[in-house]
Amino acid sequence: MKWRIRGETLLSAAAVLAVLLVTWYLDGHLGAYPVKILKLWGINTILAASFILVYGYTGQFSLGHAGLAAVGAYVLSLCTLTPAQKEMMFILEPPIWPINVLHVPFIPTLLLAGVITAVVGFCIGGPALRLHGDYLLIATFGFSEIIRLAFANMPSVVNGAMGLKGVPTHSNLPMVWGIVVVTLFCIVRLVRSSYGRALKAIRDDEIAAEAVGVRLFYHKVLAFVVSSFFVGVAGALYAEFLMSVDPRAFTSVFTYGIITMVVLGGAGSITGSVLAAGIYTIMSEWLRMVEDPMVIFGIEKPGTPGARLMVFSLMLLFLILFYRRGLMGSSEFSWRGLRVGIARLTGRGVSRAVERPR
Amino acid sequence: MNALEVQELSIRFGGLTAVSDLSFTLAPGEIVGLIGPNGSGKTTVFNMISGFYTPTAGHIRFEDRSITARRPDQITAMGIARIFQANRLFRDQTVLDNVLIGHHLRLRSSALSAILRLPNYTKQVAVAREKSMWLLENLGLVQFAQERAGSLPHGMQRKLEVARALATEPRLLLLDEPAAGLSHEEVSDMMEFVLKIRADFHLTLLLVEHDMRVVMTICPRILVLNHGQKIAEGSPEQIASDPVVIQAYLGERDDAAD
Repeated sequence: MKWRIRGETLLSAAAVLAVLLVTWYLDGHLGAYPVKILKLWGINTILAASFILVYGYTGQFSLGHAGLAAVGAYVLSLCTLTPAQKEMMFILEPPIWPINVLHVPFIPTLLLAGVITAVVGFCIGGPALRLHGDYLLIATFGFSEIIRLAFANMPSVVNGAMGLKGVPTHSNLPMVWGIVVVTLFCIVRLVRSSYGRALKAIRDDEIAAEAVGVRLFYHKVLAFVVSSFFVGVAGALYAEFLMSVDPRAFTSVFTYGIITMVVLGGAGSITGSVLAAGIYTIMSEWLRMVEDPMVIFGIEKPGTPGARLMVFSLMLLFLILFYRRGLMGSSEFSWRGLRVGIARLTGRGVSRAVERPR
Repeated sequence: MNALEVQELSIRFGGLTAVSDLSFTLAPGEIVGLIGPNGSGKTTVFNMISGFYTPTAGHIRFEDRSITARRPDQITAMGIARIFQANRLFRDQTVLDNVLIGHHLRLRSSALSAILRLPNYTKQVAVAREKSMWLLENLGLVQFAQERAGSLPHGMQRKLEVARALATEPRLLLLDEPAAGLSHEEVSDMMEFVLKIRADFHLTLLLVEHDMRVVMTICPRILVLNHGQKIAEGSPEQIASDPVVIQAYLGERDDAAD
């Protein structure tokens, strides 16, 4: 086949390059704290985008993403911690083979985290996706809790409730955002393929989809497994971002965080997930001030850890009641849309901009 | 070889027997009407043939292969397509996308090669796109290709549903009330349309329809169901003069007197 390179492909390539250059520059010139926030933005983007693949595009509401992220996080931690570190940390019970000798370089580990999480996703999705609606929610939530509790109760494998500490950091800012770009590329390409049409058909009308020959179960599991892969990678990045993992980091609060981002950004919009992940990440740092002790009308209020979660709950409630479309609804960023937008702003050449390229 | 062979088909929902002991066959290329009063089990028969209901007893064979316990998507892949009584288009997607979904089951390319847009995938999709556009052209829908399916007029939506079903490349098409909700002129148009697609696509047709004009005009053979049982079978003239059929439709003779 002939490779035809379109102008928009070049623009996208330039945008990717720009993202990598900017993050590389910021990595060297910003302080440690802003760089951490930008990293977390990237990680949250991966989580939100992979949740959208299952929820926004396939119409399957899963509450299991915290458990999946935990799998990725633990795989990375166990693989990158040195045997000596593990020997010292496992005070409840000594680590069993092969945990006690396992040591894998960072990049293969990241892939391994994705693959293992995808396998776990397959094992969860297999039974759970045969259910519908509320039952699917409860089943995936149950699996997520099972994973978390299993980690908390396996002292010889993952150090149980003590968790793992001192996870080494290998990634830098451009690397995280490089992974974000790869994730978004894969998800957008999948959604815009024949498979994506099948997923949307399932979301819109399962019976009609089945009648035109779409294999429901296969496609639901496909979406869930692809989503799991990227959630695993995000979980792995999250572990080395925190430099520690323990089961308490992956409770349902983690999943609700993802859902808040997705609702905020618009359930059908990958673009929205990038924006919402940014807003959510920055807000959750900024809102730490409501947790500080403060004086309101002369009344002294002691510090309340977790108060910002309350703000997020209120925000989620408000969004669902009054602004269900979120920031972007199901519209996506496109170069053509941008051209039209700019033409509208400057008031010139609208009709030319609207014309389709090619 | 029969296009479709239904043998002693029964289905019970709890205590209710919706269809009992139904047997009939369709010869290839035949166009057969399935009629009966409301609640006589016509749509239930369709749901069993297309795999949405599993019959309690009996067999369904398509081109000499059993399809009795298959899933709907498998049956569609074998060559039976259906349209629904209620409009079940993917309303928020474009007309072209609706038809392209019908081609998805023939795609022989993994999700990975779809993500990477490998030649194997792009070639197949290009072919599917061409076929879909041809189908839209043939059915007079091509000018709407990029419109949202839900924005089409009702008659066009019914046609689009047929187009989507044809995209799965069926040999047997089950039409559940294609003329429902259409105006008098649109009904005539739909009849022509049905006969045209049967000829163009070499289809066997089984048609459920309430509009007697449609059934009597285009179906040389008619089956009549009442309370889930076949009460008559024959040409339109035979059916129209069959006392059992008249009784089923109009009730007891005394009630129908004036």
